[in-house]
Amino acid sequence: MAEQATDNSAARFVERLGRGTVRGVEELGACGMLVFETLYWIVSGRRMRQPVRIDAIFVQMMETGIGAIPIVALMAGTIGVMLAIQGIHTLKIFGAETQVTVGIAFSVVREFAPLITGIIVAGRSGSALAARLGTMKINQEIDALHVMGINPLRFLVAPALVAMMVMVPALTLFSDFVGLLAAGLYVGVDLGISLAAYFDRVIEILSVDDLMHGLGKSALFAILIGVIGVVNGASVSGGAEGVGKVTTRAVVQSIAAIVVTDMIFAFAVTR
Amino acid sequence: MTQAAAPRPPERVIEVEDLVSFYGPRQILRGVSVEVVEGEIMVIMGGSGSGKSTLLRHLMALEWPTSGTVRLLGRDLAALSAREMFELRKKIGVAFQGGALFSSMTVGENIMLPLHEHTELDPTTMRIMARLKLEVVDLAGFEDLMPSELSGGMIKRAAMARAIIMDPKILFCDEPSAGLDPVVASAIDDLILRLRDAVGMSVVVVTHELESAFKIADRITVLDKGETLFIGTVEELRNHPSERIQNLLNRRAEDEAVDADAYMRRLTGVEVSGAARL
Repeated sequence: MAEQATDNSAARFVERLGRGTVRGVEELGACGMLVFETLYWIVSGRRMRQPVRIDAIFVQMMETGIGAIPIVALMAGTIGVMLAIQGIHTLKIFGAETQVTVGIAFSVVREFAPLITGIIVAGRSGSALAARLGTMKINQEIDALHVMGINPLRFLVAPALVAMMVMVPALTLFSDFVGLLAAGLYVGVDLGISLAAYFDRVIEILSVDDLMHGLGKSALFAILIGVIGVVNGASVSGGAEGVGKVTTRAVVQSIAAIVVTDMIFAFAVTR
Repeated sequence: MTQAAAPRPPERVIEVEDLVSFYGPRQILRGVSVEVVEGEIMVIMGGSGSGKSTLLRHLMALEWPTSGTVRLLGRDLAALSAREMFELRKKIGVAFQGGALFSSMTVGENIMLPLHEHTELDPTTMRIMARLKLEVVDLAGFEDLMPSELSGGMIKRAAMARAIIMDPKILFCDEPSAGLDPVVASAIDDLILRLRDAVGMSVVVVTHELESAFKIADRITVLDKGETLFIGTVEELRNHPSERIQNLLNRRAEDEAVDADAYMRRLTGVEVSGAARL
């Protein structure tokens, strides 16, 4: 702790930079610990006679997954059609519109479906998680769990994290299908290719590897959303306003993390 | 009421020795020592910032001391393994200031949660036990309501029911009558007395309500600026010669020695003179 305010502006800048870095590293460490501890409870909770409850996981799965189906369908469908429109427009230059299927198949399955699903789940469930934990912390409900001998990580965090890790890939698979279908319908109308022929071509182009690329990424996104939501929710201070702040922060951070991770993942895997 | 009168010395359920606690760079507790014996109601009092809430958090093992020891039921909290701590926690109950009921669960589910998590009882038994405790706190028939449908006093009573569902040896109450009208507050005091008399649990109450403290306390601890100002019975407190304590009892704000430099520094946030600096 600095005893007195530093008056040199350069020194102040360095000090701020240093504090920011320390805080960042601290937060990263907290994220790591969180994942580790949550995994510990999932694996050995039963032995400690404190199991992660299946029904709690199902409640979260309903909330995270089933509840998101309509909006994921809308977004995936829209993106599929958008890709078809742009693809046909671009390929017209070369007179190769019929090859649009290749572009659609790869970009939906490898890129857009996981990305859009991740962003929707971050906005819906990541924020909800941060807000819920933040409110609970402020109302001393987290303290109440501690003193009752109920570990909050096991009771609140583990079910949410497991639910996300199951439901985000599941939703991604769903949006793969919806995106491809919507694009196919547009291609059918615009280029007169039948849906059957379109899907034949899609299946011919795609390999299991492409599918796994997208799903693997989405599982990673699920962890990011969950962890960022929890860490933000747990760091709340200052009443209702604080909850609003951490909720916003959780959404912004998870979307940023998703996009950056997406790029890194794509780079690393296609090497 | 104290050790001298009893044929065998009552067991000490809480022993705090020289507890020192920091919140960041700020020192909150400066060597507090308190003991609570079996079946006793100990009231911890003090103004805001006196450290009474921090002391309570230490007793509930939600904070860890910088130095000093806290022993609950003879076990040093710092020396317990995770599993031993888990077992110990089943023997303490806490009624938080705002109730801390889980808003997504009904009152009944809230009260049954510790049973659900720590016992193998069947659902019917759990429900009966929850109703039993609700009966004790005069909330019978409210188990299917959500916490948001309860009034402030009812939330505190429901929290009390949840705190005693496992029949704890020690009950902690944080500001049980804060924010309640005098009638409801007095009913909560009666409830605390009844719980102690019926089951003989030790109760630690943190409050700033003098009236309530005098009504329920066997002994009172007064904290001031992180130090124990006084520990003793209600009578001893009333007749205490110290001016600081009498000020507290008569709700007089203490006149602090005026330091002009410090005052200016607080107001302006800058140093007023070189001499004032260390």
